[in-house]
Amino acid sequence: MKSARDTAADWLKSRAKWLIILPPLLYLVVFFLIPFAFALVISLADTAVRVPPFTDILSISPDWHIHLTLNLGNFKYLFTDEVYGLSYFYSIKTAFFSTVICLALGYPMAYAISRTSKTTQSILLLIVILPFWTSFLLRVYALEGIIRETGLLNTALLWLGIIDHPLQIMRTTFAVYIGIVYSYLPFMVLPLFATLEKLDHSLLEAAGDLGSPPWRAFLDVTLPLSMPGIIAGSMLVFIPAIGEFVIPTLLGGPNNLMIGRVLWDEFFGNRDWPVASAVAIAFLVLLVGPIAIYQHYSTKQLNS
Amino acid sequence: MYNRISPFLISILCIGIAVLYIPMLVLIGYSFNASPLVSVWGGFSTSWYTQLIHNDQILDAAWLSLRIGVFVSTGALILGTLAAIALVRFKLFRGRLLLTGMVNAPLVMPEIVTGITQLLLFISMLQLFGWPHRGITTIVIAHIAFCTAYVTITVQSRLHSADRSLEEAAMDLGAGPVRAFIDTTLPAIAPALASSWLLSFTLSLDDLVISSFVSGPGASTLPMVIFSKVKLGVSPDVNALASLIICLVGICVLMAGYLMRRTERRRVHDAQLAQH
Repeated sequence: MKSARDTAADWLKSRAKWLIILPPLLYLVVFFLIPFAFALVISLADTAVRVPPFTDILSISPDWHIHLTLNLGNFKYLFTDEVYGLSYFYSIKTAFFSTVICLALGYPMAYAISRTSKTTQSILLLIVILPFWTSFLLRVYALEGIIRETGLLNTALLWLGIIDHPLQIMRTTFAVYIGIVYSYLPFMVLPLFATLEKLDHSLLEAAGDLGSPPWRAFLDVTLPLSMPGIIAGSMLVFIPAIGEFVIPTLLGGPNNLMIGRVLWDEFFGNRDWPVASAVAIAFLVLLVGPIAIYQHYSTKQLNS
Repeated sequence: MYNRISPFLISILCIGIAVLYIPMLVLIGYSFNASPLVSVWGGFSTSWYTQLIHNDQILDAAWLSLRIGVFVSTGALILGTLAAIALVRFKLFRGRLLLTGMVNAPLVMPEIVTGITQLLLFISMLQLFGWPHRGITTIVIAHIAFCTAYVTITVQSRLHSADRSLEEAAMDLGAGPVRAFIDTTLPAIAPALASSWLLSFTLSLDDLVISSFVSGPGASTLPMVIFSKVKLGVSPDVNALASLIICLVGICVLMAGYLMRRTERRRVHDAQLAQH
């Protein structure tokens, strides 16, 4: 007689399991993956004054010949107009430095949290995660109340006599850095905490017994072992920061041309959909490297 | 010696937490400022809150966002849970790699790219099939896609750690696999289901970029209305609205967390009692 377990296994092997697999798979393929194919196709079309504002790539003439018109001009345009190159470069630079600041602030935070008792840990983690649940847009807006010319920071510094005229922080690159660090700090702390929490403290004690001073033990033991967390956290900040739109728009100045803003303007301002699609596709190609690195390290972390 | 936390670490931790919270606290403070000039303190007043109740544009947008949020989080919960079950319980199936990629990609894809590509899809679909028209439908479809990813990740990790022996026992006692799953594993992963529903709801409620792309005329969600107001500078009624949202979300999340921990503890306790 078959055990209940075997019967269940047979049942699962049958087609019924596709009832579980197919709905999410199909949904995500249709509404997440296929859109990229459409963007690729439209990036090869030409702008046209019609609705939607681009030409057909495939057309069938009256004598049933199929015409395929591919236009690589949009991609060529990305290289000739220096706005695009500059904004890609600027986005990467901004995201890179924001990530470094996040790491410098987030690592000691995660380290401190990991050294506290279990109860304190869960409370501190909740405090760090809570802002992630509240509105991102509103938090960026709240930041404006601190750093604008008549904001809290300038008022406090003036009152303390540290400065004698208000600092111009709003509409500068510095404001964009502050905005990104403020918004993405929880994304840095959580993966770092996850690796630091698992750290085997006997290794540190062994290093200490063998004569390593604490800073040396940190460099030789803690830092290498927390590398997966450092990379996962950095990518979780770096990748969305490159594509950031809200922060440079609300806090940055006209010089802070990040790729997200260029895309938005191309789409809503110029209504040049083929060029916008080409910008998006080029952006995606740029992201493949960081995303691959992130996937590699996050699956490694999951498996360990 | 290594277990002591240095004052340096504690002060960085305090600075980090202060950085996260001070802007929100200041915003809540400003929302009670009687003066319309944001730089001057004109005394305590709740007038911006009363003005909010009479602002139809904001109320309509809030109602629209709440409705979208309920549809999205329910849809994403169903799809995401199915995906999590598929990934955890079925080790080998054709399309596993594709499904893994599909639930991870939305988490790292910049919203602006997702938004543009999804809009292009909806427009092409409208041309080909005459459906969907841009508005609440397209926003719900687009939000479900990225929320499903978050649900899958949350439920997946819970399902991994869930004890399968109860489910096997139920099947040995003659329950079908579906029945066994519903009676044993489902209660165990219920806290994860609840928190991922809530997470999808807040993510949908907060989304600006994807909504702006895929929405059509006449469907302005709350973040879209707030964004168009905020672009013009600081405004006192947005301060009041923002404070309300921040406090509501904070209270909801804390309460949900507390309730989930309590039911979880009770469940573990019951399981221990049952074993003795």
